[in-house]
Amino acid sequence: MRPFAYERAGTAEEALAKHDDDALYLGGGTNLVDLMRLGVATPARLVDVAHLPCDRIERGADGGLVIGAAVRNSDLAADPAARRSHPLLVEAVLTGASGQIRNQATVGGNLLQRTRCSYFQDITKPCNKREPGSGCPAREGEHHNHAIFGHSAACVATHPSDMAVALAALDASVRVRGRGGGERAVPLGELYRRPGEDPSRDTALEPGDLITAVEVPPLGLPSRYRKVRERASFAFALVSVAVALDVEGGAAGGGTVRDCRIALGGVAHLPWRAHRAEAVLRGAPATAESFLRAAEAELEAAEPLRDNRYKVPLATNLIARTLTELTER
Amino acid sequence: MRPLERIEGREKVTGRARYAVEYPVEGVAYAAAVQATVGRGEIVAVGTAAALALPGVLAVLSCENAPEVNAVDDGELALFQSRRVSYRGQFVAAVVAETLETAREAARLVRVDYVSEPPDVRLHPGHPGIYKPDRVNPVFPADTERGDPEGAFAASAVRVDATYTTPAEHNNPMEPHATLAVWDGDGGLTLYDSNQGPSLVRDTAAEIFGLGPDRVRIVSPHVGGGFGSKGTPRPNLVLAAMAARAAGRPVKFAQTRQQMYSATGYRTPTIQRVRLGADADGRLTAIVHEALEQSSTVREFAEQTTTPTRVMYQAPHRRTAHRLARLDVPTPSWMRAPGETPGMFALESAMDELAVAAGIDPIELRIRNEPDAAPESGLAFSSRNLVTCLRQGADRFGWAGRDPAPAARREGRKLIGMGVASATYPAYRLPNRATARAEVDGTFTVRIAAVDIGTGARTALTLIAAEALKAEPERVTVELGDSDLPRASVAGGSGGTAGWGTAVVRACEALLPMLEEDRRPVEASADTTAEIEAQEELARHAFGAQFAEVEVDVDTGEIRVPRMLGVFAVGRVINAVTARSQFIGGMTMGLGMALMEESVMDEEFGDYLTRDLAQYHLPACADVRDIDAFWVDEHDPHLNPMGSKGIGEIGIVGAAAAVANAVHHATGLRIRDLPITPARMLTAL
Repeated sequence: MRPFAYERAGTAEEALAKHDDDALYLGGGTNLVDLMRLGVATPARLVDVAHLPCDRIERGADGGLVIGAAVRNSDLAADPAARRSHPLLVEAVLTGASGQIRNQATVGGNLLQRTRCSYFQDITKPCNKREPGSGCPAREGEHHNHAIFGHSAACVATHPSDMAVALAALDASVRVRGRGGGERAVPLGELYRRPGEDPSRDTALEPGDLITAVEVPPLGLPSRYRKVRERASFAFALVSVAVALDVEGGAAGGGTVRDCRIALGGVAHLPWRAHRAEAVLRGAPATAESFLRAAEAELEAAEPLRDNRYKVPLATNLIARTLTELTER
Repeated sequence: MRPLERIEGREKVTGRARYAVEYPVEGVAYAAAVQATVGRGEIVAVGTAAALALPGVLAVLSCENAPEVNAVDDGELALFQSRRVSYRGQFVAAVVAETLETAREAARLVRVDYVSEPPDVRLHPGHPGIYKPDRVNPVFPADTERGDPEGAFAASAVRVDATYTTPAEHNNPMEPHATLAVWDGDGGLTLYDSNQGPSLVRDTAAEIFGLGPDRVRIVSPHVGGGFGSKGTPRPNLVLAAMAARAAGRPVKFAQTRQQMYSATGYRTPTIQRVRLGADADGRLTAIVHEALEQSSTVREFAEQTTTPTRVMYQAPHRRTAHRLARLDVPTPSWMRAPGETPGMFALESAMDELAVAAGIDPIELRIRNEPDAAPESGLAFSSRNLVTCLRQGADRFGWAGRDPAPAARREGRKLIGMGVASATYPAYRLPNRATARAEVDGTFTVRIAAVDIGTGARTALTLIAAEALKAEPERVTVELGDSDLPRASVAGGSGGTAGWGTAVVRACEALLPMLEEDRRPVEASADTTAEIEAQEELARHAFGAQFAEVEVDVDTGEIRVPRMLGVFAVGRVINAVTARSQFIGGMTMGLGMALMEESVMDEEFGDYLTRDLAQYHLPACADVRDIDAFWVDEHDPHLNPMGSKGIGEIGIVGAAAAVANAVHHATGLRIRDLPITPARMLTAL
C-alpha cells in the first residue's frame, strides 16, 4: 500500500475543501481499502466523509425518502419508514454483501463501488478501466459473470451494487455537491455511464463531486427484488431484478398494466433499466405470457459473450417469474 | 468416553490463542513477496534501487543475491535459487522492512525483467506431454489391472461409459500460511509456523539451511486450518528464515489471501473416464476408472484419484489408471481427502448412472456389489460396514418414499430430488513417540509433537490419555504443537489421532506401573515404530453413506440443499462433540465442491484468477441448512488401542456425488462437470 494522508471532514464544505485531484472520498472503506491494498487505487489523500452530518433518513411529505449518503447500509435496511414505504430498496440492500460489511458500508459508497472483475483487481494484468489503453483481457478470457448489455470493446465489466438496481427502478436521484459550489440533483439513470471508449469513468461525476444524499420518490406499488447468485448469500449477482407493477384493478386481478418498473443487475456496466420490456408491458394484460414477451423483448438486445450466454435465459426467466409472482401474492 | 468440549475453545473465541505471526518479539521486521508476472521464462535482471531507496527497507532478496540453500524433494522450497520462472505467481523476490506496509510497497517497486514465452496451462486429453507416473500419492501404483476389463465391459448387459471433470480447487484455510523466523546468537533457528507437522517441518527446515535438527525448533500450538495444504512446509517458511538472516532480526511473513492461490498447493483438476459393465441384475463384471491430472514442472505430484475404486466394489475384470501432464502451473498437493474426493465423485456418479440404466435402486445396487475381501489386494477387511451405513442412512433420511423416476417431484417452480453415494477413506497409522508424566500434584502431562489444526486433536488426545491413565480428563494436560516434543507424524491422511493416540496410550500404559512406587514426578515414554511394523496386513478402511436432498429452481438453475445426512463406520468415535463437527465440516466441503468451488485458470496469463474469498466461493452459512452426521457401532480390534479410524476426511468423500445424483433425480439432467452452477444448469435445462 502506498503512503497516503488521511483527513476527516466534519462538514460537506470541509470535505470539498480538502479534496484535490489526488484525493478520494472514503466512506465505509469496504471496497476502497481493499483496492488500496491491491494497489488498484492509489490516492495520495483520503478525505473521510463517513462522519458528515448527512447520516439521517428523512421521510418527505409525499412519502418519498431522502437518505443521507453517510447512512450505513444496515441502518437503511432497518429503518422502519424505509421498510414500510420502500420494501424494494430494503430487500435489495439486504441481499448485498454480509451483515458485517453492511454495518460498515455507506449508502454513498455503495453507489460508487467499483467492478469486481478479476482483471481490474490484478495490477499485473491489463485493464482499460484501471489503466486506459492497456486492453481488456476479460473479453476473450474469464467473463462468465460479465455484461450482456451495453458493453464495449474496451470493457465488459458489470456494476456490482444491488442497492443501485433498486434505486434505478425507483427513479431515484442523487444530490451532488461540486467544487464549484452549489448542489445539484443527478437522476440515477444519468449517474452511471456505459463504458464506451473510456471505461475508467464509472459515473458522470466530476472530480471532487460529493454525493450527500439519495432522493427516492414514493412508490405505492407492489414490488420485489430478486437476486440469483452462486451461493445463498455473500455473492455478487449473476443476474438480479427489481420490479414494480401497477395493474388496473390490482395486481392479482389479471387487469391491464398501467405502469411498471424493471431494472436488472449483473448484466451491464450500470444498473440496467429495462425500458424495452417496460414499453411492451404498459397497456398489456398482466399475464404470464405478457411478462415473458416483455422479458424477451428486452433480452433480444442482449449481446452475450462466449461464456455468459446463460444470462440471457436467466434474465428472461427472472423478469417473467418475478412479475408473475407479484401478481400472485 | 464422555464427550468433551474443545479444550482451547475459550482461548480461541476470546482471541487469546496465538497463531504463527501473532507472537510478540523484540525488534521484529516484516517481509513481503514479489511474484512472477510471466507464466514461463527466465529472470534477466532484478532492479532493487527504487525499493531500497524507500525509507524503512532493510533488504531485498532475489536470485541475484539470496544465499544458497540445500535442495530438498520439494522444488517449491528452492526459493530464489534459480532464474527460472516455472509459473505465474511464483515467488521471485522478497523485501524486508520495518513495517508490513513499507515491505509491501517496496515489493511493488522491485522491478523484475524477464524473457518469457507463453505458458502451457491447459489440461486436456490431447496434451502431448501426457505420461504415466511411476506411482501416485503417496506410494500407490499408477495403474492396476485384473482380468480382461475391456472385453468384459464390451460384453456386459448394462454399461455406463462417462467422463467426469472436477476443477482445480484451493484449500483456503482461515489462517494463511505464515511464519515468524527468529535466529538466535548461536545460529539456531526458531520458527513460529502454521503447519500440520512440526517434526517434519523441523527436519525439512534443518535440511534446507544445513543445520542439525536439534538447532531448529518449530512452534505451532494453534493452527487455523490446513486441509492438507500445510502438510509440508511452504515457501513462506524459507522466505521468513532467509529474510530474518539477511536483516539480522526476527521476521514475520504471512502469505496474503491472493498469494495463497499461487504458493500453497491446491487440488489438481481431473478428467476421469469411468466405465462400468454389469449383468442385468446389476452385478458388476467390469470396472475401468482412468484419471488425467496435472502437475507442475517444479515437482511431480500425482493425486491418487482412482485408488478408492480399488477397494469399493467387487468385479472380476477391472482396471485403474492415472496419467499426468506437467504444465506451467503451481504444484498441486494434498487437499481434503486427495484421491478419494475427486475419485469418488466420478465412481459414485457412475454407480448412480448404472442404477438408472439397470433400473435398480442405487442403494440396492451398491449392496449387490459388496466384496467379500478387498477387491484388488485380496486382503481381508479389518471391518467393513458400508451396507449398515447405507441402510441406516436410508431409514433416517426417508429413502423408502423416494420415487425412482427423475423429475417426478415438483413444488411450485422447484424440482426436488434425493441422491445417495458411498464414502470410503483408508485408516492409516504411522509411528510416533510420546511421553507421559505423573506430576507431584497428582496431575498428568502428556507430550507429543502432534498438532491441532482445528480438528480437536488436543481434546481427543486428552480423552485418550485420561482413559489409559484411568484418570479424569481434567487432570490431564496434553502438550503438542512443538517440534521439541517427542517426534510425531503429520496431521494428514486422517491418521493423526490413530498414530499419535497409539503412542500416547503406550506411554500412559508404561507409566501406570511406575506409579505404584509412589515416586512423583515420574515419566514414561513410548515409540510405536516396532508395533506398527509388526501389525497384521489387512485392508483397513472407514466407510460411509452420504445422502442429499436438493431443490432446483427451474427458472434460474439455482440449487439449494435443504438436507444432507451422513452415516459413517469409523471404528470407535473418541469424542462425539468434535467428531460430529468434523463430519459436518467435511460434508459442507462436499457441498461446496458440488455446487460452487472452482479455481479458474487464466489461459492467457497462466494463473488462477479466483484469488480471494469473494471470487472463490465456499459455502456460506445460508447454504448450510440441515446437515447431520451419525455413526454406527463398529468394533474393530485390528486398528489401534483406541479402536478408532480417522474421521478428518471421510465426511467430504462422496458428498459431491450425493448432491450431483440428487440433481439428476430432481431434474433428469446428469451434470458430470463440477461445480454444478446456475450457468451449467441453465445450459442443460
